[in-house]
Amino acid sequence: MDYFLELFLGGLTRGSIYALIALGYTMVYGIVQLINFAHGEIYMIGAFTALIIASVLTILGLNSIAILVIATAAAIVYSSAYGYTVEKIAYKPLRNAPRLSPLISAIGMSIFLQNYVLLAQTSDFLPFPRLIPEFAFMEPVSHIFSSAELVIVSTTMIVMVLLTLFIKFTNIGKAMRATAQDKTMALLIGIDVDRVISVTFIIGSSLAALGGVLIANHIGQINFYIGFIAGIKAFTAAVLGGIGSIPGAVLGALILGWTESFATGYVSSDYEDVFAFALLVLILIFRPAGLLGKAETKKV
Amino acid sequence: MKKLLLFAVLAAMFVFAGCSQKPKEEAKPAEAPAAEAAAPAATGDVIKIGVAGAHSGDLASYGLPSVKAAEFVVKSINDKGGLLGKKVELVVVDDVCKPEVAVSSANKLVSEHVVAVLGHICSGATKAAMGTYLAAKIPVMSPSATSPELTKSGEYPNFFRTIAPDDSQARLEIDYITNVLKLKKIAIIHDKGDYGKGLAEFAKGFAEADKKLEIVLYEGITPGAVDYSAIVQKIKQSGAEAVLYGGYHPEAAKIVTLLAKKKMNVKFVSDDGVKDDTFIKVAGQYAEGVYATGPKDVSKNPLAIEATKKHKDAYGEDPGAFYLNAYTAMLAITNAIEKAGSTDYDKLTNALRTEDVETPIGKIKFDEKGDAIGAEFSVYQVKNGVYVEVQ
Repeated sequence: MDYFLELFLGGLTRGSIYALIALGYTMVYGIVQLINFAHGEIYMIGAFTALIIASVLTILGLNSIAILVIATAAAIVYSSAYGYTVEKIAYKPLRNAPRLSPLISAIGMSIFLQNYVLLAQTSDFLPFPRLIPEFAFMEPVSHIFSSAELVIVSTTMIVMVLLTLFIKFTNIGKAMRATAQDKTMALLIGIDVDRVISVTFIIGSSLAALGGVLIANHIGQINFYIGFIAGIKAFTAAVLGGIGSIPGAVLGALILGWTESFATGYVSSDYEDVFAFALLVLILIFRPAGLLGKAETKKV
Repeated sequence: MKKLLLFAVLAAMFVFAGCSQKPKEEAKPAEAPAAEAAAPAATGDVIKIGVAGAHSGDLASYGLPSVKAAEFVVKSINDKGGLLGKKVELVVVDDVCKPEVAVSSANKLVSEHVVAVLGHICSGATKAAMGTYLAAKIPVMSPSATSPELTKSGEYPNFFRTIAPDDSQARLEIDYITNVLKLKKIAIIHDKGDYGKGLAEFAKGFAEADKKLEIVLYEGITPGAVDYSAIVQKIKQSGAEAVLYGGYHPEAAKIVTLLAKKKMNVKFVSDDGVKDDTFIKVAGQYAEGVYATGPKDVSKNPLAIEATKKHKDAYGEDPGAFYLNAYTAMLAITNAIEKAGSTDYDKLTNALRTEDVETPIGKIKFDEKGDAIGAEFSVYQVKNGVYVEVQ
């Protein structure tokens, strides 16, 4: 039973990590129907920014909570700027082009950003400081569930709830839903579609940056390539849960995390990815739009 | 809609698979310019030694340092009057690390009447060329071909090398766990890569043959994953007293950190892919006590210092890969010719096996199968943030 619980918690952490990145993916897709392959790179840039800021602040001698907050804030600002710019440069000019063009443009952006960080920073792995302190109340269970893991899991849940409320109840959220339904119509009733899309990218990138800081803190090392691998898994999770759906991304990510964790624990870690992708194929066969995705009706 | 999603998922999977494959080598015509530069001289008043390996193409950085090493050794010998009263001359041929090119390079060296060959660089090319050399009775010494088969199979009696074979790290790790740490149960984990999995398979083979260690877990992990807690729980569940890891430092650092965080008292033993300062930087305090095997420390060997200095003076930079191994091989070959007093195949190979020679990697000679005695790996342990050789 202990073993099961440990695998369950391990899968929960892993799933929450995927979810943090998947939320940004799914949100952008929900609004502009674009699979933003550069999302993983925005996450990686967030982690790098946090590392640089944290290193500087550590030299200045601030305490770890202050460093965590400032570094995360800096990462969010910086990544949002990247997300905003990427959209303006690579996606906006292609908004009326065939669906495949922005997809290719996104892949190009992803490769460009990876190599940019590789050249501007380094190809080596860099140690990422442990910014999240060990909470005293977590001490008795820290060998099965650490404070950092608690922070990751709770952040994912809070972000999911806030995002859902944001989209449901705020004005800009309503504008987002309108844009998602019909861009032309939204434009006609006076919604600034360009602004809505920019806001979407900024929110998505902020989530990626937040994920970057928390995940890098958990793993303890970063390099230019982390965004790609994490991005692939997060994308899978988003598709699994129904791309475009916010609770779906979290559900898909958790299922993916548990599948991998239990597959490793009870079968073999050699087949971790085999199980994860086999599950994806199965779910897509029976629910082509994903678990919580809505089957799209064609407008005639 | 449905199709686009499936397409994207498939595309993602292919991109993923594509990344793990090595880029294919490009075909290139092989002819080393240096081979033409070597002035033809009548056989009899010079001793010709062949140098073969990848001197162009994408693996050139592995082969070119051996040419430089050979040139330095030959120059110092010729400056002192040569070998057995004759000048030594190098015949350099390029095999681009391709088996098919290696055979024609070998034929060229045979037709040039070389008495010994330094090379080849890659294991595959070396294996392909060995038949030609054996038929012509020419001893071959590689500074870099690590395939265990080359020596262990006994098929290549004229083959020698100045680098430890791939399986020697696994052998050392298993011996260390059994005899020094005195543990009984181990988990063998690898990263599914050529290097890591190869090593793990050797370790498994040795442990099963010895019957002193019980392998309670043998598994591959996915490199680059965000979290390894499931495999760490599995190690805990298996009751292993030590983890033998085959792979590189990024994953090792994650696993070591998790082992410590889960408060597990398990020894971690790994290979020279982990014996890297980045590992200590990344794992920080959790790296303490980790064991890793690596080539013996030669930084204090006077011959190694001298060889490196020669390179720096001539080229203004540190030598490349396998430079010291090639330097060693050249010293071993020339020393054997001198000790044997002849370039005859039987006398030469006998001298290689019986005469000790001082080299940059220490005092060596060769065993029956052609592996260098004295070119072994050592066990290192992280102590206070640095790798220290364990005696």
